[in-house]
Amino acid sequence: MRPSEFTRRILYWLSVAAGLVLAIVPLPDWLDPARPDLALLAVIYWILTSPRIAGLGYAWLSGLFLDVLRGMVLGQHALGFLVVAFLTHRLQLRMRMFPILHQAASVLLLLVLYHFIIFWTDGLTGHGYTGWDRWLPVLSGALLWPLIVAAGDTLTRRSR
Amino acid sequence: MVELTHDSRPIIGRGPPLGATFLTLAIVSIALMVADQRYPQVGRVRGWLTAAAYPVQVGVDLPFRAWDWLTGSFADRSRLRQENLELTARLRLANLQLQRFAALEEENRRLRDMRENSAGVAERALVASIMNVDLDPFRHRVLLDKGAVDGVFKGQAVLDAEGIFGQVSKVNVQTAEAILISDAEHAIPVQSNRSGLRTIAVGTGDPDRLSLPFVTTEADLKPGDLLLSTGMGGVFPPGYPVAEVTRVDRAASATFALVEARPTALLDRDREVLLVWFTPPVAPEPAAPPAAPTAPAGAGE
Repeated sequence: MRPSEFTRRILYWLSVAAGLVLAIVPLPDWLDPARPDLALLAVIYWILTSPRIAGLGYAWLSGLFLDVLRGMVLGQHALGFLVVAFLTHRLQLRMRMFPILHQAASVLLLLVLYHFIIFWTDGLTGHGYTGWDRWLPVLSGALLWPLIVAAGDTLTRRSR
Repeated sequence: MVELTHDSRPIIGRGPPLGATFLTLAIVSIALMVADQRYPQVGRVRGWLTAAAYPVQVGVDLPFRAWDWLTGSFADRSRLRQENLELTARLRLANLQLQRFAALEEENRRLRDMRENSAGVAERALVASIMNVDLDPFRHRVLLDKGAVDGVFKGQAVLDAEGIFGQVSKVNVQTAEAILISDAEHAIPVQSNRSGLRTIAVGTGDPDRLSLPFVTTEADLKPGDLLLSTGMGGVFPPGYPVAEVTRVDRAASATFALVEARPTALLDRDREVLLVWFTPPVAPEPAAPPAAPTAPAGAGE
């Protein structure tokens, strides 16, 4: 049996919050540009596994909080989180059926879209940074996806 | 569980359809972005929100600070002795310079009094720690642990022991965000200590390099020249070291020379910085020499 709806809700909130905290933890300089968007990956994971619990509102709020944490233009990451959450909701019936590598590829596309939104709004607000390394989180996130799924599945199974 | 529609939330108590929520929140996001860019009043909303973010930032910062404290308290004796010796030597040297400085300061004040102008000297300074929080790997910004409650204001100059560090770009309640002089969006008016040449030093996004794009090929500037702040624009106090010229390339065909400088402040190694208060020099002086190009000292947001 799957854990109760209440437990899953708590797990969802906690895992996304943990991802947000990890978004500002200092990393060594060489690793910093490739920091994966753990909070967003957590949002995608929970929408795929528990679409009835993980809605758009919390995803949007998480994005907004990320803007505040990192001192960005308000609403920038919020919009990115929202778009990815919405598309994941739309695609979740299909994405759940995909084998894991296929799923990682679709996550890669979602991350590309997310970073494109960030890149675009950065450009509009005059913070444009056009180096190739700003796309590294897309790659690291997609590579991390199987691990996220494994970790999430273990977590939800244990707290049954 | 088999679901027939895309919207797989429970049918009862489903709330507004997914698309409507999406559209509403998307519009709110865009409105927020526009408002944040255009209207400074939104700063207050951001202030409340950052108050919520503060505990998280402190929580991230704390383990690093505790580690520093631990390594500091258990430092071995020989290292402390070594450090003590070095500091004593530096203090002796500094005192030696200070003796001369006292006389110079007195002379300077007399001269300034004659001009009825004692502005531009840092009057008050507050030590702020840089929090161990990563904001954005591609922007040179740091979070300081002093904010509006300590009297920090937007556009305040930030210095370290070696020179000018940056300026405050956002003020929150307990924290403030500072933009470094090496950020690609930052520019600072400078003056060569040797030749008196005035120009603008622009950040490059590399902590060890500033670029001076408006120096003509005939300009009197050479590697090793110290660049000081001019105080123009009223953001930085005048006369503080900013950078040392490292490279001057004069292509015969070009109008402008390629000039690079290395910031004197330890931009990527600092743990603590100084926030300074000073009375900006009176801006329009009739007899003043022509001002540097019109680029503002500040950084846009």
